[in-house]
Amino acid sequence: MSIAGRRAAFLAGAAVLVALLTWGFAGLLPGRPAGPTPRVGDLLASASGPDRHVVDPVALVGLDARSLDALVAAFTVVAAVAGTTLVLRARPDEWAGHALDFATGRRVPPTSDAVRVLGLGLTPPTVLFGLYLVTHGQLSPGGGFQGGVVLAAGVLLIYLAGEFEDLHGLYGDRALERGLAAGAGGTVAIGFLGLAAGPAFLANALPLGRTGDVLSGGTIPLLDVVLGLGIAVGFVALLTTFLHQAIVLRPLGARR
Amino acid sequence: MTVLEAVLLILVAAGGGCVALVRNPLRQAMAASLFGSLLAVLFAVARAPDVALSEIVVGAVALPLMILLALAKIRGGQR
Repeated sequence: MSIAGRRAAFLAGAAVLVALLTWGFAGLLPGRPAGPTPRVGDLLASASGPDRHVVDPVALVGLDARSLDALVAAFTVVAAVAGTTLVLRARPDEWAGHALDFATGRRVPPTSDAVRVLGLGLTPPTVLFGLYLVTHGQLSPGGGFQGGVVLAAGVLLIYLAGEFEDLHGLYGDRALERGLAAGAGGTVAIGFLGLAAGPAFLANALPLGRTGDVLSGGTIPLLDVVLGLGIAVGFVALLTTFLHQAIVLRPLGARR
Repeated sequence: MTVLEAVLLILVAAGGGCVALVRNPLRQAMAASLFGSLLAVLFAVARAPDVALSEIVVGAVALPLMILLALAKIRGGQR
């Protein structure tokens, strides 16, 4: 495609986008309702405490009122991991070398002590913060997704502080598969719990507990935990796949 | 809209423009990381701390890291 053709295609697409956005923004409801009719957001915010014993209304929206979104999030991560591992598999003309950092045309300096100490020192608080976010989603900002990615960042710090082998020695591909399956399958299992004990799939069918307790909000903290597991393992699997591709696999004929 | 929100919106718009306009992929990854951090601050100011938390890790760390690893792979195969 020529440069002029590409530009024409971009400008046409951009014009459509601008038109749609203008149309959408023009039809937006005011942030604060002028009249006495409560909007959906206000309804959910006022219902989170009395109806579901939840302090953070965002958790109510994501894991109860629209709990199907949690299911979609869990399976989106599974799909992303499956697609990435399929695309980034070892080709026949590649071989697995030693998992060491390398660069073309220069020596890679060894990881400095300062980076090691910082990385290892930050890992425990990061993992702890991730666990806190996962388990306190119904009480404060955070939840399964946010806690999950923070947990994955904690694992990533181990790679930054050491070598890929240190990271990959902690878990095998099997453990990643099982964690991912437990995360996605757990969400479905909680869904069937809602179907068996409550009115609908993924309905909040557990005792709600006392507002402000860690164990409150019915299935919301349970969904946070399985979602956190799935997201954390999914992100670690994604990063492991990318690292394996970038660091371990080398083209045949370029042995070092 | 407060002054802080206005300044952040301008910074986010400029940051997004930078990511699109920078042509070197390595610099683009760095610009994307900075853009992610700016977005996270905007989300926090707009009272969406849940989204800000995920944006910090996904937009500012995970996405640029994956771009960097992809670049390392491409350059490693060019010898």
